[in-house]
Amino acid sequence: MAPSDTARSKPAPRKGKATPAQGPSFTREEELEAYRRMLLIRRFEERAGQMYGMGLIGGFCHLYIGQEAVVTGVMMVAKEGDQTITSYRDHGHMLACGMDPKGVMAELTGRRGGYSKGKGGSMHMFSKAKQFYGGHGIVGAQVPLGTGIAFANRYRGNDNVCFTYFGDGAANQGQVYESFNMAELWKLPVVYIVENNRYAMGTSVTRSSALTDFSKRGQSFNIPGEQVDGMDVRAVKAAAQRATDWCRGGNGPIILEMQTYRYRGHSMSDPAKYRSKEEVQKMREEHDPIEQVRQRLLSGKQASEDELKAIDAEVRATIAEAVDFASHDAEPDPAELWTDVLHPAGAGL
Amino acid sequence: MYCTLPAPDSDMATNVLMPALSPTMEQGKLTKWLKKEGDPVKSGDVIAEIETDKATMEVEAVDDGLIAKILVPDGTENVAVNTPIAVIAGEGETASSEVAPGSEPATPEPQPTPAVPMAPAAAPKGVPAEALPEGTAMVTMTVREALRDAMAEEMRRDETVFILGEEVAEYQGAYKITQGLLDEFGARRVVDTPITEHGFAGLGVGAAMAGLRPIVEFMTFNFAMQAMDQIINSAAKTLYMSGGQMGCPVVFRGPNGAAARVAAQHSQDYCAWYSNVPGLKVVVPYTAADAKGLLKSAIRDPNPVIFLENEILYGHSFEVPQVEDHLVPIGVARIAREGKDVTIVSFGIGMTYAEKAATELEAQGIDAEILDLRTLRPMDTAAIVESVKKTGRCVTVEEGWPQCGIGAEISARLMEQAFDYLDAPVVRITGKDVPMPYAANLEKLALPSVAEVVEAVKAVCYR
Ligand SMILES: Cc1ncc(C[n+]2csc(CCOP(=O)(O)OP(=O)(O)O)c2C)c(N)n1
Ligand SMILES: [Mg+2]
Repeated sequence: MAPSDTARSKPAPRKGKATPAQGPSFTREEELEAYRRMLLIRRFEERAGQMYGMGLIGGFCHLYIGQEAVVTGVMMVAKEGDQTITSYRDHGHMLACGMDPKGVMAELTGRRGGYSKGKGGSMHMFSKAKQFYGGHGIVGAQVPLGTGIAFANRYRGNDNVCFTYFGDGAANQGQVYESFNMAELWKLPVVYIVENNRYAMGTSVTRSSALTDFSKRGQSFNIPGEQVDGMDVRAVKAAAQRATDWCRGGNGPIILEMQTYRYRGHSMSDPAKYRSKEEVQKMREEHDPIEQVRQRLLSGKQASEDELKAIDAEVRATIAEAVDFASHDAEPDPAELWTDVLHPAGAGL
Repeated sequence: MYCTLPAPDSDMATNVLMPALSPTMEQGKLTKWLKKEGDPVKSGDVIAEIETDKATMEVEAVDDGLIAKILVPDGTENVAVNTPIAVIAGEGETASSEVAPGSEPATPEPQPTPAVPMAPAAAPKGVPAEALPEGTAMVTMTVREALRDAMAEEMRRDETVFILGEEVAEYQGAYKITQGLLDEFGARRVVDTPITEHGFAGLGVGAAMAGLRPIVEFMTFNFAMQAMDQIINSAAKTLYMSGGQMGCPVVFRGPNGAAARVAAQHSQDYCAWYSNVPGLKVVVPYTAADAKGLLKSAIRDPNPVIFLENEILYGHSFEVPQVEDHLVPIGVARIAREGKDVTIVSFGIGMTYAEKAATELEAQGIDAEILDLRTLRPMDTAAIVESVKKTGRCVTVEEGWPQCGIGAEISARLMEQAFDYLDAPVVRITGKDVPMPYAANLEKLALPSVAEVVEAVKAVCYR
């Protein structure tokens, strides 16, 4: 992959608030696929929340409810070999990457059938097979890692891109900007996806950020960016398509600010007093990513209530199976405490 | 936030269970019911408010139905997690007063218990009596309250003291240590930062060089690794590099070590790391009295002080002397329990294992002395040597990793300074030499245990 040496023509960034009246449209198949994938994440997360309350899941558990359209839309343009890396709010990303809900749920309950054999928990899961690189608990740390994965793509000369997700809060960490500089300097194929859900724990974007337009955060490095309605899966997919084209074309990194919202508290132990109930309610009622697709399918007569109910039932069955597995699988063997500290091939002495 | 129905897909009655809402929650208060018996509820309705020592949270219904029976009334304290608090009947079902059958999880798996039980520890026996005037009144408070009071008192006393960190102001602290400080001192002195540890730690060091007295809160010390360079290269070394001109009176504080089930990246003990560094003072309080007195001393200290707290201890209650200005000197250990057979040296949360082990050992006829170091740097070596001269045996207890740990340091010092008094080799009880696993059973194994301490003591006593 050779970066073009002609002057770069940047994809025209869309300015201001997204949600164009005339958004990109989906075929019936795309609508149904998006519906199914988002619903899987929603139902999975709802059950994870319940299981936390019952004490079957411990520690921190950060739910993705409300943000489903972001990872779903992006994964609709991913191709074989593209990589994904994100923070601790990672269950949705794993499901979107095609990881097995049983293995994810079993990791949440700390069982041996979990993706990390029960050793990682909610925040730390990985899948080489699905090119999912975690699952990181330290805010911002995944950004240089994603940049390094993109470096490896360029080094190998393949045309894969690394989708590197981080939050609006993480966007203030210094290592993000160190990464931006290197990524642009070396034209690395990385799509930086800022999931701007308006809050970092209890701190709203306006209380933490001097510049709240995250799509502009790459400007001083010459990295283009755009703001996207992250509640509309069609807009997400279209933006992701432009971004991956840009990266695969050897133009270097790009930033997508996904404007989204988390319905639940930051983690299970967040009383969420920093925002009003009305604010949450309004987002749920007027912008819910799943409801939007549902309404379009029904009003456009592209699907019947019964068809959607059947998808619902299928998704519920998948989740029920995952829950069942995750509640009955055995805890890890005590001997696992000592394994995986060093790679067996280099663990001598 | 919400609850807790096993949500069977039938219409049968289900129990609403007291939900767990945080990694360390074991019980809470049922503050208020927002629904009465007979009220219909829809999934997502808030049905009750519960309160933990950290926060008030809402319990939401996760299914539709009606409240058939309220099992735990308003205002009940100490409701254990997973206790049924109400019964919701499915639509079309009559209210039954029985606890719904079959609503337990299919297999009641062993509940992930926090590795260290939350029960408040007994008040320390060995508060140095000489330090307190006869008849000093004591008040019971949590470590959390003691830390808050220490900061508030020092901020009242010295206008240059301010606090800086993530969620310290409007959110009242991620672990509620700074509760109320914003109200009293305002946003000029209680400053919410973006998530930029390296930046704000360095900013704190700069402000200290310029004559202010910052208290920099790390949400947890795991995140201080982002700021390590400023702590070591800027805070710890500048006085030396400037030939004594440029002091740095900053306190870096926050919870250190393992909480419960938060896995490898959120469960590291940094005691040994910081105590390796000349130019820093390192304080690790156990009791509320020490937390208060040592934090006040740390804020007044002209040097950078690393103040390592522990999330699990925040809710523990202890007696705190009710005196005008309760200061505990940095660098002085405390005899927490007098004994003659063996010296157990520990600090911070390690003390919980030491105290329980001593009680068990007493029943087995072994009289252990417990030394609570309280400060790791400078370390009160004299107190350790003094005790070992009396007992001839020593076991160290810490949650950190063994290699180059605090126990390793103590062993070396005893070899150098008390070799002739030792009747047995020093034994270290530490966290296991692995990253912290998430699974409940493995986490328990990774941490030290009371049984390991008891065994070690018996071994050094040849029993
Ligand atoms: C370096 C570091 N500092 C602080 C934390 C504690 N923490 C965890 S998540 C979080 C908020 C992050 O917000 P954002 O980046 O917006 O992501 P979101 O949670 O909204 O998905 C904070 C402060 C951490 N995990 N790591
Ligand atoms: Mg956020």
